[in-house]
Amino acid sequence: MIVAEQKSFDEISKMVESFDKVLILGCNECVTVCLAGGEKEVGVLATSLRLLRKQGDRPITTLEETVTRQCEWEYLDQIEKLAEEADCIISMACGVGVQYVAERFPDKWVIPALDTKCAGGSVKHGQWEERCGMCGECILHKTGGICPVARCSKRILNGPCGGSQNGKCEVKDVDCIWDQIYKRMMALGRMDQLLEIEPEKNWSKARDGGPRKLVREDVMIG
Amino acid sequence: MSENKSRLQTLFEQGEFVVTGEIGPPKGATGSGIREHAKHLKNCVDATNLTDNQTAIVRLSSIAAGLHVIQAGVEPIVQMTCRDRNRIAIQSDLLGAYSLGIKNLLCLSGDHQSFGNHPTAANVFDVDSIQLIRIVKRMKDEKVFACGEEIKSDEPRFFIGAVANPFADPFEVRVYRMEKKINAGAQFFQTQIIFDLERFDRWMELVRERGLHERAYIMAGVMPVKSAKVAAYMQKSVSGMIVPDEMVDRLKKAEDQKAEAVEICVEQIKQIMKIKGVKGVHIMAVGWEEIVPSIVEKVGLLPRPQIPGAALAAV
Amino acid sequence: MNEFQPKIVAFCCYFCAYSAADLAGSMRLQYPPTVRMIEQPCSGRIDIQLILQAFEDGADGVYVAGCLEGDCHFLKGNFRAKLRVGQAKKVLDDVGIGGERVEMYNLSGSMGPRFAEVAHEMHERIKNLGPSPLNKTAASAPLPAAAGSE
Ligand code: SF4
Ligand code: SF4
Ligand code: FES
Repeated sequence: MIVAEQKSFDEISKMVESFDKVLILGCNECVTVCLAGGEKEVGVLATSLRLLRKQGDRPITTLEETVTRQCEWEYLDQIEKLAEEADCIISMACGVGVQYVAERFPDKWVIPALDTKCAGGSVKHGQWEERCGMCGECILHKTGGICPVARCSKRILNGPCGGSQNGKCEVKDVDCIWDQIYKRMMALGRMDQLLEIEPEKNWSKARDGGPRKLVREDVMIG
Repeated sequence: MSENKSRLQTLFEQGEFVVTGEIGPPKGATGSGIREHAKHLKNCVDATNLTDNQTAIVRLSSIAAGLHVIQAGVEPIVQMTCRDRNRIAIQSDLLGAYSLGIKNLLCLSGDHQSFGNHPTAANVFDVDSIQLIRIVKRMKDEKVFACGEEIKSDEPRFFIGAVANPFADPFEVRVYRMEKKINAGAQFFQTQIIFDLERFDRWMELVRERGLHERAYIMAGVMPVKSAKVAAYMQKSVSGMIVPDEMVDRLKKAEDQKAEAVEICVEQIKQIMKIKGVKGVHIMAVGWEEIVPSIVEKVGLLPRPQIPGAALAAV
Repeated sequence: MNEFQPKIVAFCCYFCAYSAADLAGSMRLQYPPTVRMIEQPCSGRIDIQLILQAFEDGADGVYVAGCLEGDCHFLKGNFRAKLRVGQAKKVLDDVGIGGERVEMYNLSGSMGPRFAEVAHEMHERIKNLGPSPLNKTAASAPLPAAAGSE
């Protein structure tokens, strides 16, 4: 899933300073699961903004709605009326959702309430970790199902680097993923596979090649 | 093509016990300090490393620094990390470096930028150190760029170095990775700074078991530690470095800590020279370059061998 | 000028604080009339939105009272409540109302006197803080700071 985190309230409130009636739009998918932009967070943000603005001379009206998925036109069609009523839309979805909203409502000012972090998952309640770097050409079959592209601080494909100590990465408080890859490959009896040099990666399949687009003509209708 | 070989490579091939030093380029646009350090090292080391924005702090480029030491009469070993350049910039810099007369290249991953003075910089790592080694080797042996395109003339022919860390665990992984680097094209190795000789010895045993000492020249990294204070600091704060307590104690008890530091370093080198498969020593005395001549002399490695006709000059 | 009488909302768990309030009543213990109790099936029922709502609807202070730690009838309800009160404090600080206007307490059904004590404590705290910034226009001017110190 996409993991995101809410921006600071201060940052959000500054972005809506000049608006009097805002639609706060949640998304029922990933950002609900990672407790960043679901129905609950929509309610809290809306109330917080009202509480703040009530104290000054410019109170704010909030409209609240949470759709099934912000990254799909049909769900945005359902909020057309609501969107019309507002002077601006605060999207509490990931960056994809925010852009869908902006594209679907071209005359509305759209504000992102979240910082989109990574493709990952929850490892325990309240903790999320990155798992995939969306490199466009998966190599997990070579690394025992553990991704060095996303999880090695230097995205090294022939690791570990010299900074790996006692299973910890030289960077921050993270595990050295190459340590884990080696341990897993050892346990699976596949060390010889790691002795093969992984050649330079084709980053053109990743974001480096420009924005990516997938076309499946076999499923397109008319 | 022997005239193209670096002094470093030639000495290894002649079976000499090689000595290298290290210079950290300055945080300013001048080569005078580098040349000054190089003068201290001249005639007592066979070549010197020039670090590449070490610990991710912006410094004068290692290639430019390499030219400064050439001008001061010392052979450079230019370090190149994968942190800051993609494969286009790397290869371009390799052509440039070789055109300036730089013949030794040490390939490393590079410290993560979060350690340096620009922690918000992008993290390049288009290729990793092993891929870099392979690129440099293919440029030399196959005369091709990384993309496979032919280098029509004047391909760079570097003597390719890499680093090895005998102290990270698991042990075997380190040896594996060293082997991988050799397979990729590494011809010589410089290790991390060694204080724990016993552990290094055990590591060399594994290296010999796999016959790696016969496939590449291995240099042991050493460092004269100026004072007990520095030693204690390194023991505590420098990750991946094992500083034995005895060493800290010895320095503490010494009347003249600097003299003791030299003494310790000399003893270490002498012991290292006895370990089978070690072909040289890399003395890292950054900031204390002037001490290197007396260390090398006390070990009995002076004068350094001369290579007839291998005059160093900027092109 | 009338003296400021705060409006305090107490979200009380049925199993502890709510029964403690009953007990306090039958023991004829006095507690401030400024505290309005809302019965909850468990303190874990609370969420930030509910707390914020109370302020929006005119409260000057809010507290949540749950069972003693380890005694929640739904096991961890009171731990969740504690975390949520913490989150609400942060939001209230962010919006300028002040996190010190909300608090979490733990007590048992037999702690009638403690119930009264908590009510007094909160009443004093909010009185000293003055009306919620949202109520300032309507209510009397806040007390001078010195009047709050005992
Ligand atoms: S190898 Fe690429 S696609 Fe596969 S998990 Fe890693 S980043 Fe994602
Ligand atoms: S320590 Fe491990 S995870 Fe960290 S950069 Fe090096 S190889 Fe990657
Ligand atoms: S039952 Fe009282 S706090 Fe949960």
